[in-house]
Amino acid sequence: MKYRSVFDIIGPVMIGPSSSHTAGAARIGKAARTLFGEELTWAEIYLYGSFAKTYKGHGTDVAIVGGLLGFDTDDKRISNSLILAEQKGMRVSFHEDEAATDHPNTARVKIGNGIDDLELVGISIGGGKVEITELNGFDLHLSGNHPAILVMHNDRFGAIASITQILARHEINIGRMEVSRKDIGKEALMIIEVDQNVEDNIVKELEEADHILQVAKIVD
Amino acid sequence: MFRNVAELIEIAENENMLISEVMIRQEMDVHDKTREQVMGQMEKNLQVMEKAVEDGLKGVSSRSGLTGGDAVLLQKYMLEQEPLSGTLLLDAVSKAVATNEVNAAMGTICATPTAGSAGCVPGTLFAVKNKLNPTREQMVQFLFTSGAFGFVVANNASISGAAGGCQAEVGSASAMASAAIVEMAGGTPQQSAEAFAITLKNMLGLVCDPVAGLVEVPCVKRNAAGASNAIVSADMALAGVTSRIPCDEVIGAMYRIGKTMPSALRETGEGGLAATPTGRALASKIFGIPIEKE
Repeated sequence: MKYRSVFDIIGPVMIGPSSSHTAGAARIGKAARTLFGEELTWAEIYLYGSFAKTYKGHGTDVAIVGGLLGFDTDDKRISNSLILAEQKGMRVSFHEDEAATDHPNTARVKIGNGIDDLELVGISIGGGKVEITELNGFDLHLSGNHPAILVMHNDRFGAIASITQILARHEINIGRMEVSRKDIGKEALMIIEVDQNVEDNIVKELEEADHILQVAKIVD
Repeated sequence: MFRNVAELIEIAENENMLISEVMIRQEMDVHDKTREQVMGQMEKNLQVMEKAVEDGLKGVSSRSGLTGGDAVLLQKYMLEQEPLSGTLLLDAVSKAVATNEVNAAMGTICATPTAGSAGCVPGTLFAVKNKLNPTREQMVQFLFTSGAFGFVVANNASISGAAGGCQAEVGSASAMASAAIVEMAGGTPQQSAEAFAITLKNMLGLVCDPVAGLVEVPCVKRNAAGASNAIVSADMALAGVTSRIPCDEVIGAMYRIGKTMPSALRETGEGGLAATPTGRALASKIFGIPIEKE
């Protein structure tokens, strides 16, 4: 079931005018920022389907950038986000893409700061709810229904075990887990949905485990 | 967890509880929250809805200038004379319009289930409130009942105009509101389901064709239609009228209709009212770009 809470239906509290094109867009932007985990200096945003056709009217552009600045769906600063981004020295560009996508409200967000970069694809499925369907070239299904940790690692034996052992030691229960890799022995990504938020000290411990490249977390 | 309306009604009848109570207990159970947390969160949403209606009734205007001020006109008209459609109905319409005018003006609203359809549930709630004099708790329960039905629609069909047209947004919102009105008026869970089915049936096929892609024309007035439809269907269900097509099958029909709707009529601003000469002229004026030739 895609929707798990009554507050997905009666909610979110948000700045208008569209739950999928404004609130959902802000959440996609915020997810990108959270996963990136650092300040960003540039963003390239590609919009597809209904997003591409109506983004100016719905404020999808200001909402995604608002999310990239860390704003929640009800933050009034969203309407001024393009100016705020410029003041912070963030270069932002928008591209309307004609390519057909599985979902009519799809955005591809590329962000970076000259050292690191990140690329994700988010879909806005209605009522402000979003899913992340691609991260740095990996296909995934991240609903945001639960807190989650995302672990970039090298595809080696023991990498998954080292992560799950640490979680077990801290008595953190795994609700759902997904692993994908680019090729045998290459970069891989673990998506672990958990029942409670993972503290920063545990994230640090996970980062220091064997074969682990990077750890990001999404709070419920 | 209930997966469809039939299961929701079955739980309510077997446990002898209100639909709102089924939703409250599920939310507590699935998300490991206390009753106080769940009720408190919904109370906050209720306060956002109250504030939005209050702001809209004072008069707002959107950036494009396409919408705003109609809620004020309606309230003024009601003060000056007895509306043909009755005070309660027109009060609901004015409050639904107020909410969506605030939304179009980029004000703060609570999506129910979406922003474009955010007027139906609070509009009817605050109008019916004057007639039924509910407690604060019953007003919060109204939102849980609406939410329970919306939860089924979102998981089995869609609440996105881009995916399923306006029937998925204002259609769902209107039907959610009618089910909640029935519960507040003392109807049975089954009567709530009948009201939901009757309301949604009358919204099937409704396309999403916003002028200039803005959530303004026709969205604001569709919420007026959604609010009135909800109240009329609730009265029909309370009178004992039933839907020949069961609730879950109506939701299934809505989903399939949305699937076959062309993308021009699913929130792309390319078809329907958006494609009329006036719709195109407005879009061109708002965005300062010449009208595209066919």
